[in-house]
Amino acid sequence: MAGVTPARTRQRPLSPHLQIYRPQINMVMSIVHRITGTALYFGAVLMAWWLFAAATSPHYFAFVNGLFATWPGMIVLVGFSWALIHHALGGLRHFVWDTGAALDIGSVDLLSWATIVLSVLMTAGLWLYVAIERGWMH
Amino acid sequence: MSMTTPLKRARGLGSAHEGAGHFVKQRVTAAANLILSAFAVGLIVSLAGAELATVKATLAHPLVAIALIALIVSMAVHMRIGMQVIIEDYVHGEGTKMLLLLGNTFFAGAIAVVSIFAVLKLSFGS
Repeated sequence: MAGVTPARTRQRPLSPHLQIYRPQINMVMSIVHRITGTALYFGAVLMAWWLFAAATSPHYFAFVNGLFATWPGMIVLVGFSWALIHHALGGLRHFVWDTGAALDIGSVDLLSWATIVLSVLMTAGLWLYVAIERGWMH
Repeated sequence: MSMTTPLKRARGLGSAHEGAGHFVKQRVTAAANLILSAFAVGLIVSLAGAELATVKATLAHPLVAIALIALIVSMAVHMRIGMQVIIEDYVHGEGTKMLLLLGNTFFAGAIAVVSIFAVLKLSFGS
């Protein structure tokens, strides 16, 4: 045993720590999937609040609608919609991976990039539609 | 007395005695959420900023209310499992973990009960 202990206390190589590991798109999208999930978790309060307000009184409903229509309210809603779209696309990607398909490095990178790019494009498209439909743009 | 063999009872369950239950449930609710939340986003876009009377008239249609309640149930189950995994991954103190898991269940339940009640009240009128 005397010979074993010094070897054990020697500095052993550690697995790469998150902070010095070069970020790769699939690991970034993995943690973003969890972050958007958490954001949606707490964002569910907004949906419940909006429904609760509608079920309470016209006055309270107008008050809550007014809050959502402010600039900070709109920023939260844009963030909420992006989080929902990103999380949904991430979920679709996981459905593909669950079948065992597209697990080679090229496909993993492609699907990960597609998640972030499509989520931004779809969010922009959604709000462009809202802006045109509401006549915000002339 | 059970006629199944011990192997049959244990198969697929693992040490937690639930096996892949959460894994499957998370994917089933994810599939439901994909369809139902796409519907809900469309509904919210069309109703955002609308008068209460318009919201009530829209939710008065049974299919609209049914789809919303289905989404609320599926979403609450999905977000409870998701947050449970996050808590179990990052919180290692037994006491804190138990309290957070309890809080997680209460939160998901509260969101569901409040939202479902509101949808029912709006749909039934008054």
